[in-house]
This record gives sequence, C-alpha cells and structure tokens, in this order.
Amino acid sequence: MTRKFTEDHEWIDIADGVATVGITDYAQEQMGDVVFVELPEAGTEVKKGDAIAVVESVKVASDVYAPLTGEITEVNSGLGDAPELVNNEPESGAWFFKIKLADTGETDALLDEAAYKALLD
Amino acid sequence: MTDTDLKKTPLYAAHAAAGAKFVGFAGYDMPIQYPLGVLKEHLHCRAEAGLFDVSHMGQAELHGPDDETTSAFLESLVPADIVNLGAGKQRYTQLLTEDGGIIDDLMVSKLPEGEGKPGQVNIVVNASRKDIDYARIEANLPDSITLTKREDLALIALQGPAAEAVLAELAPEVADMAFMQVAVVTIDGTPMTVSRSGYTGEDGYEISVPADKAEALWNRFAASDRVEPVGLGARDSLRLEAGLCLYGNDITTTTTPIEAGLIWSIQKRRREEGGFPGAGIIQREIATGALKKRVGLVPEGKAPIRAGVVLFDSEEATKAVGHVTSGSPGPNYGAPVAMGYVITPLAAKATVLYAEVRGRRVPVTVTPMPFVPANFKR
Repeated sequence: MTRKFTEDHEWIDIADGVATVGITDYAQEQMGDVVFVELPEAGTEVKKGDAIAVVESVKVASDVYAPLTGEITEVNSGLGDAPELVNNEPESGAWFFKIKLADTGETDALLDEAAYKALLD
Repeated sequence: MTDTDLKKTPLYAAHAAAGAKFVGFAGYDMPIQYPLGVLKEHLHCRAEAGLFDVSHMGQAELHGPDDETTSAFLESLVPADIVNLGAGKQRYTQLLTEDGGIIDDLMVSKLPEGEGKPGQVNIVVNASRKDIDYARIEANLPDSITLTKREDLALIALQGPAAEAVLAELAPEVADMAFMQVAVVTIDGTPMTVSRSGYTGEDGYEISVPADKAEALWNRFAASDRVEPVGLGARDSLRLEAGLCLYGNDITTTTTPIEAGLIWSIQKRRREEGGFPGAGIIQREIATGALKKRVGLVPEGKAPIRAGVVLFDSEEATKAVGHVTSGSPGPNYGAPVAMGYVITPLAAKATVLYAEVRGRRVPVTVTPMPFVPANFKR
C-alpha cells in the first residue's frame, strides 16, 4: 500500500477501494495543540473537496476536506475523547475517517510522498 | 515564511534559541509558543511561573512641572483618578474617544518617592495602539508637559504562584510588594522598575528593564526550574480565563468602559465630576444602564467558539442578540471559554444563548468571570 497526500495536508491510505484519511505531521505541527475534532457520521455521502471534519487547535479551527468521493464507512471515535492523538500520532493512530470510494480513478490526482514533500519546501 | 518588515524585541534571539515559533503581532515578530506548547505553557503558568516577553508594548513617560499638573492632564484623556494615585502605585484605565469609546487600555503608574522626576507619570500601552495613543496624547499636550517614548526599555512579565519566590531570589524586597504596587529594584547592578501586576489572573510582576540588559535578566529567570517561557498563544488563553479584555477584540472604539464592565476602573470622584472624553455618555450609562454588556460565555461540549461567532436567543431566532469577541480552550477551567457582547436583558448569569457554529446552533451559558479565581497578592 502506498501512502498518498493532498495539498491540504491530508494523508490517504487506500486498500480494497477504501481510503483511510488523516492529517499530516506537518499540518498538526502548524496547528499546535489540538483540543477538539468534529467528525462526519458514518453513512454520509461525501464529494471530493467537501469540508467534512473540523480540527480545533488552541488557536484556530481548520477544515478537513474529503480528498475523494464516496461514502464514509467508519470514523475514529477515539479522537473525541483524546484529540491530542492528532498531535501525538498524526500519521498513524489519529486517522479521521474511512471513505468507500465511488470512483477509484480520482486517486490519480493525489500527490505521492515526493510531490508532497516538495510542496513543503 | 519571514516578514522582514516585522520589528524584533530585544529578546528575539533568546526566543529563537529556546525553539520558539514566531508570529507577526502588532508589527512585531513575537513568540506564539515554545516547544512545550500552548496548553502546557498555560497550565505551567498557573501551577508554577510563566515568563513572558511583552517588550512590544509601548512604555512612555509624561513629564510635567509637578505631579498635580501631569495627573490633571492625563485625567483629561482617561476616566481613572490619576490625581489621587499615590507614589509607588499603578492603576488600570482607558484612553477614550469623545463618544466614550475605548481608544486603548493602559496602565498608569507613579514611581515611589525619590525615584524618577517630580511630575513624572508612566504609562504602558498596547503595541497595536501605541502610534495612535501617542498621537492622541501629543495632540493634547499643553506646553508644560512632554511625552517621552521609552523605546530603550524592554518589558518582561513573570507570572504565577512561584513568581514571588523566583524574583525575590534576585531582589528580596519584591516579596513585600502589594498588588499594583510599583518599586525600583537593582538586579545584577542594573536599576529597573517592577510592578506587581500582569495579564494572567495570577500573582506576578512586570519588569521594565533597559533593552541591553533584558536578555541577561530573561536568562536568569529562564534558568529556574520553576519557570517556563510562555508565548502569545497561552498569554491569550490565560487572560481570557482571567476575564481580562484584549484590545481590538473585547474592547474597541465602539465599546464604552461601562458596556465592557470596566466601571470598577472609574473611581467615584471621576464618575461624579466627569471631565474626561465621552463623560456625558458614560455618566448616562452609569445612571440608566448600557444597551449591551460584555459577558463570559461557556459553550456546551468541547468545541471552542471563536471571535466573530453570532449569538441568538433561541435555536430558531433570526435576529442576532450579540456576538463573541474572544474564545479559546480554558485549560484550567476544563472547558472552552469565551467572552462577548449581548443585549443587556440577556446578560444575566445562567442565561442560555445559542452560538451559530458551522451552521449549527450550540447552546452557550452566560457565566460570571473570571472563569478561574484570581490569585492576586493583596
């Protein structure tokens, strides 16, 4: 499985037509201490580019966008009680939601790790 | 990203060396947080002591022929009693517009007997407002009074329950100071002005030190196991939990001191005599009440409500009854905290209002401030 990224600082792991999505280490570093995460409900149909989750840090509220079109199959409810996980394990334990993809062709537009890293420089 | 137009305080190198992240604030490149992070910096300040660089603030002196003349001049611009402010004391007040709006809030102090010059009154104003404030003062100066801007001074705040012990190691006499008292102490051979005051709701001191001695003093404090540097991020959540106003958010030229709940800062003689800008409006508001009031707000749930969020009196109402002016997590309060303005009939404590956040109406409860008990030295 190859990790992909978006310009909005999200990471995406795709397996069996399901994308697991979180925010990157760079994103959490920029936000500072995360105090609240608002997640979509499982079953919600989402379109690529929709603002579907919110991360509140001590200073700002940031939207998290659906990187791909499909249906939310699962959300990481653990982030409700432990939003600090976003700071501590941004690219592993603190995944936000899973999307069952409607159109796997959309994934071609995602960035690979090298392209994402180039974006940060 | 660097903004080369930003000014640096004399402590910039110390912040960089400590691993601070910087943000542009009021024209200065200021530390927003250190590696500890905003939440832990906040909690540490209330548990032990926090160290703040507030050198961006405007320090200035008014010099007149005698105390009475200088004090009476300042009273023509602010509603506090300055004439009766004693030597070695500090007082909080506001520069006002002719409509009673707040141009800035500031600290006014007089040095102890025998320090400074006769007829000297010191002020500390907000960084974002210093040009406007100084222009306002200078436009009104009589020939006998001058304004001296002290750009050669840095300002360091040491705040929290351990502040007394830490500062007293360098200057034992500060332990005997009362809240809002001013003293001149000598540390490592350098005289500096200290006031027992701050912007966190905690006991603590603000220390005005020559710019070229600031880093050495900062490092002396920072070397203490009980002290952590605190950036602007936690400075904001600390002052919000303490119910203190941020100029530009919670008080502006469109809010009066009465609307802002700052009547305590207008002493009895001034309330009665007036003689400050906007006195007619402010005296009327004191007599019959203001139309809107600044209140503390606690939202339901864990999501903070931020400045600009609009408030309604029901889930369905379409007409706004107020708005949020500051909001953040309240790390010691244990829930998000906010403040804002609401129409006076809805300003009573325990009133439930609805904040519109991302298209949803979140219940918020009007809550007395401070959100955490003040811990001042009395």
